[in-house]
This record gives sequence, structure tokens and C-alpha cells, in this order.
Amino acid sequence: MSDTPVDLTPSGGETPETSAPNAERIPGEYTVVAVAPDKHAGEAAEEPLTTPGMADFEDEEDHSGLGTLSYRQLVWRKFRRSKLALIGLVTLALFYFVALFAEFFAPYDYRHDNIRLRYVPPQQIRISAADGWHLPFLYELKQGRDPESLELFYTSDPAKRAPVRLFHHGDSYRLLGLIPSNIHLFGSEGPLFLLGTDRMGRDLLSRIIYGGRVSLTVGLVGVFISIVLGSFLGTLSGYIGGAIDTIMQRIIELLSAFPSIPLWMALAAALPETWTGLQVYFGITLILSLLGWGGLARQVRGKVLAMRDQDYVLAARAAGANTRYILVRHMMPTAYSHIIVIATLSIPGMILGETALSFLGLGIRPPMTSWGVLLEEAQRVTVVLHYPWLLFAAVPVLLVVVAYNFVGDALRDAADPYAS
Amino acid sequence: MLNYIIRRILIAIPTLIAISMIAFVIIQLPPGDYLDQKIAQLEQQFGDSSSIAQADALRHRYGLDMPMPKRYLKWAGGFIHGDFGESFRYEKEVKDLIWERLGFTLLLSIGALLFMYLTAIPLGIYSATHKYQAGDNALTLLAFIGMSLPGFLIALMMIVAVYQIFGIPLFSLFSPYYQNADWSWGKIGDLLQHLWVPIIVVALNGTAGLMRVMRGNLLDVLGEPFIRTARAKGLKESVVVVKHAARIAINPLISMLGMSLPELLSGTTIVSIVLGLPTVGPLLLQALQDQDMYLAGTIILFMSLLLIIGNLAADILLAWADPRIRYE
Repeated sequence: MSDTPVDLTPSGGETPETSAPNAERIPGEYTVVAVAPDKHAGEAAEEPLTTPGMADFEDEEDHSGLGTLSYRQLVWRKFRRSKLALIGLVTLALFYFVALFAEFFAPYDYRHDNIRLRYVPPQQIRISAADGWHLPFLYELKQGRDPESLELFYTSDPAKRAPVRLFHHGDSYRLLGLIPSNIHLFGSEGPLFLLGTDRMGRDLLSRIIYGGRVSLTVGLVGVFISIVLGSFLGTLSGYIGGAIDTIMQRIIELLSAFPSIPLWMALAAALPETWTGLQVYFGITLILSLLGWGGLARQVRGKVLAMRDQDYVLAARAAGANTRYILVRHMMPTAYSHIIVIATLSIPGMILGETALSFLGLGIRPPMTSWGVLLEEAQRVTVVLHYPWLLFAAVPVLLVVVAYNFVGDALRDAADPYAS
Repeated sequence: MLNYIIRRILIAIPTLIAISMIAFVIIQLPPGDYLDQKIAQLEQQFGDSSSIAQADALRHRYGLDMPMPKRYLKWAGGFIHGDFGESFRYEKEVKDLIWERLGFTLLLSIGALLFMYLTAIPLGIYSATHKYQAGDNALTLLAFIGMSLPGFLIALMMIVAVYQIFGIPLFSLFSPYYQNADWSWGKIGDLLQHLWVPIIVVALNGTAGLMRVMRGNLLDVLGEPFIRTARAKGLKESVVVVKHAARIAINPLISMLGMSLPELLSGTTIVSIVLGLPTVGPLLLQALQDQDMYLAGTIILFMSLLLIIGNLAADILLAWADPRIRYE
């Protein structure tokens, strides 16, 4: 837990904060293969890592070329030992892929409404009926009216069937904004609402798929801004020290004295009504990263402080390197792995932040849609009770956040592949 | 120690001043002010511009025609004698509006905090002592889900669940009978009966995270030589775990107390909005939407104040719990 042994590694392991007790491990996956004993960790000063001692080390699974693995390969080896992290990675890849080609995967356009099909409950795709097996089909909708409340409701009508087809021709769109097409992964001649519809008769599944575009990227863009701000200011603060350091630390402390959601709410409420969807989107990401960069800057600063007087930095300075060079070539790369870990771990918080803000009606504004916007409709208790399928929009939020947590957790362990 | 506490309190004062400035600037950010809405309303009512003079009078009364720094000084100057300005919407003193709500906010937050620590520590100990066994794995999975579910989603699901089970779509801190009644033992009892659901909803996120930290800490500590010594002395395993290991493993959790407070307040805010609880959360949301700026600013200020006090309390608690820590 002391600073020195970890910090000797060239590409940056973890600072004491994360290698400290709360660096939690996922159970069962870490029978670490090749671990350089502590004395070798210090020698491992160049990349790729060629420590002869490592080859002697007992290795249960894999002997091939162990001595010549680069830092990146070591990290990947350690990372892939966590099954949960791999599941998380695949889940995320899938989500991003579907969101990228949302037009194709969604059965409808997200603005496609039908006022006569409001609050249709989820329909089921069937392959069997009383008269045996069929190609996929669904029962058509039958409209009814509640005799007491006079509200419309829908049930499926087993008498009428509509086939569900792959590569169905439906709403036309431009794939990636370029290629005009109207082919959807699946669709039906009649209405097809696997997750039901909302108050304007829009297909919830399609809206979830489209909404993923905003919800999935808001964290990425926000984290990117945090990284740029945090690593730059953190490095500067740690390396230069003095008055700049003091001021920066006070500002960060001040920011951390605000509770995040109320501050986000106040800032989001300040976004002008006249802004376009895209402006609001970037406004929200900026707001989300406003609190994120401070923590990052602090960690990077700690890292830089520990590295500032290392021999190789002194050597660089003695060789005549200027501050900018040392910062960019020596300091920032040292903290990279650490920054990536923190960034990954802070993405879920931002996704949840966007969801929460949009849920409160302060975030992304319709007609743009995000998972939070979809959940906003479920805000009123009566709506949730009558149309519980609107809560489906919470499922992707949960899956993505869990996946990011798995990946971030394993990355944190893997970022320091020399630790046992 | 006393010196340390006094110094910390002195440091908190400039922080608070800075926070009040930031809060003030933030709530001023939206273009226009509350009276713009009011004017539009008045114009619709009377159909001419005679209302403008009326609005200007109001603007003057609320000090909205002054430049921003002057307005800030007027607002902040009132703090000393407990004046936090006036709410435009409710046309009442801000302090009269938020006092009771702050109490509920505090009650809910402290309740959630207690729940978090009282459940997370035993669960963490169980998880660490049964490492990689079925119980630990189940708790690990639950913890990851718990950490990933935002409070408002849990709240929404609770609403549906409670309705399905009990058939009542009710979520409030009081039964209808006590809603507007004066404070009495009966009312307090009624409050406690209703309070536990929101407390659990708010606490769940933090419980999951803390449990993981406790598990990790304890696993680290259990590997230390003094634990081996304790076992070698022939102490019972339960004594080794609880008295020797857990005692040490708890310390980082206490220092996390300060860090978990902002999340707790955030959680309380948003869960209250969903469940419609009488804390400052729903009031803040409405004040922000209405640009009721003194109200919103004061709420943000008080939330930050709660955080500062909480952090101070956490530091003092840590110094008390861990005699190795010295404050010079």
C-alpha cells in the first residue's frame, strides 16, 4: 500500500488510492499467470518488457513468449481472466453496434406515431398455435373499451394472425445518414410492438434502440472532456506546484462540496429553452463532466507528484528537456493507464446522470430521445401502474451500467499487471 | 484535536462563502427571471401593457433591478440574521418554506446512512469470510446490480411492487389521517412506519458499494501477520474476525463516510422527487423550473452546508476510531 513499489513501473500502475483496499477484485478469476516478483518490477524499465527473470517464473498455463510481452499484452492477459469483464465487454460492443445501426435494428422510426394505437401492451411473437407450428407470427390487435373508465385497451386477437418477417420493408431512412434504405431487421405488415407503445402510439422498442444513441454516447463524450481537462490540469498542478497547485486544489475541493444531482439540476435548468437538440446534448455532457474532471485531476496530480523526482525525469531535465516536453512525453504517458481506468469507472455515473436529468425533464428534450426521456413518461405513478411496460426503458440502463462496472473493475486490476 | 476542529470550522467559512457565490451565479444563469413569466401571465389577463408598470414595481421590490453583485450582497447579507430572501412563487420567506423540509431531508439521509453501514458491514464480513462460496458470489452479483441501479429506478419499481402486493398506490411519509395533524407521538410513530421504504431505496446504492469495500478491506487485513498471531494464540475464529480484523477494516469505511454523503444527498433528492416526499428535493426541482432563484439558491447552499458538516463529522469520527491518525 505504500507509494514506492508500484510507482516504479514505467507505464504506470495504480496510485495508492486505488490499490488501497477498495480496489476490489472479481472472484475466481485471478490466478495470475506470470507475475514478476517485486525485485523485477523495478527493473522493468523499458517497453516491451524483457525481464529474463520472468521466464524462470513458474507458469501453469502459458509459456509462449512470456518474456517478451508488452505492457499492453500483459494487461489484456490479466483482463481476459475475468469472465464477467468479458461478458461486459461483449454486452457493450453489442449495445454500441445496435445503436450505431439503430435505423436497421429498430422496426420503426422513433418518431413514427399512431394516435389510434396508444398504450398498446407488449405483443408476443409466436411460432406455435392450437393448430401446430408456424413461421413466426403474431396475433393482431383487438381494440376494446373499459366499460367503467371508458379507456381504450388492446388485446390480441387469436383469430387474426400477421406474419413476422426478417428484412422487412418499413419506414425509410438513411443508414449512417448516407445510404437510403427501408429495410429493417424484422417487421410485420400489421402493428408489431414487442415492448408496447407509449402515449403517442410510438413503438417503445424502436425508441429504446434510438435512445441508446444519446444515452450511450453521453458518457463517452463526457468522459472525454473530463479526461482532457483532468489530465491536463492535474499534470500541470502536480508538476508545477506552487500557487497554481494550491488554487487548483481549492477549486477541486469546492466542486466536491456540491452534491452532484442538485448541482447538475441547477446547471441543466440553466440551458436556454431556445437551444437545439444538439446544443442541449453537448450542454448536458459538459455539465456532467464538470464534476468529473476534479477527481481525475486529483489522482493524476498524485501520480505526477510521485513521479516528479524520479531518476528518469531528472535525467530528462538534465539532458535539457523543457517542461512541456517532460509533461507531454514523460508525465502524461505515466498516468495514461490510470486515467483510462478512472475514466471507464466514471462512465456509468455519467450515463446515470443523463438518465436522471432527462427523467426529471431537465436533460435531453423531445423530440430527441434517450433512455431517460423514455423513463420520464413513466414518472407519474398512475402511468406506471397502468402501463408498467414503460419501465422496460430501465433495462438497457441497468445492463449497460453493470457491464461498464464489470469492465472498469477488471481494468483496474489489469492496469497493474505486475502486482500479484 | 480541538485545535484541529476549530481550524476546520474556520476553513469551512470561506468555502461556504464561495459556495454561496457559485450557487448564486448558477441560479442566475437562465435568461430572464421569474417575473418574465409573471408579466406574460398578467398581459394575458389584462390584455394590455399596464401590467409592465406593475411588474417593474415587483422587480424593484425583489431587488431584481439591481446589478448582480449588489443583488448577491443583499441576499448574502441577510444570512446573518437568518434571512434567505423571499420565494416568488409562494410569496413567502424562503426559510419558512425549507425549514421542515430540511428536517425531513436530514432524517431521510441519516436514516439511509445508518442503514447503509449497519447492513453493509455485516454483509461485507460475511462475504469476506465466505470468499468465493455461493453466498459470497450471490452477494457480489447483487452488489454489482445494486451499484448500477439508480435510486429513482428502484423507487419506480418499488411503487409498482408495493401496488402489486398491497394494492395501494400510496407513497408518502404519513397516513392521510396524520398528514396535516400537529406533531404528536402518534404522528412520529406513523412517520417511522412510512420512513423505512424510502430509507432503503436511498441507501441501496451505497450499501452495495460499501459492502464491496468492506469485503476487500477485510480480505486485505485477514492476510496480515497479526491475524496469524491471533489465530496462533488459539483465539476463536469469531473473535479473530470481529475483534481483530473487522475493527481495523472498518477504518477506511469511516473515511469514506465523507465521500458517500454527496451521493446520499443526491439520492435523497431524486428519490424524493419520484416518491413525492416532503424533502427539499421536489421543492428544488420546482424552484429551478420556475426560476424561483432565492429558493433554489438557498436549498443548494444548505445542501452544501450539510455536506461540509458531514465531512467534518466524518473526520472527527475517524480520528476517534483510529488512534493512529494524528492531526497536527
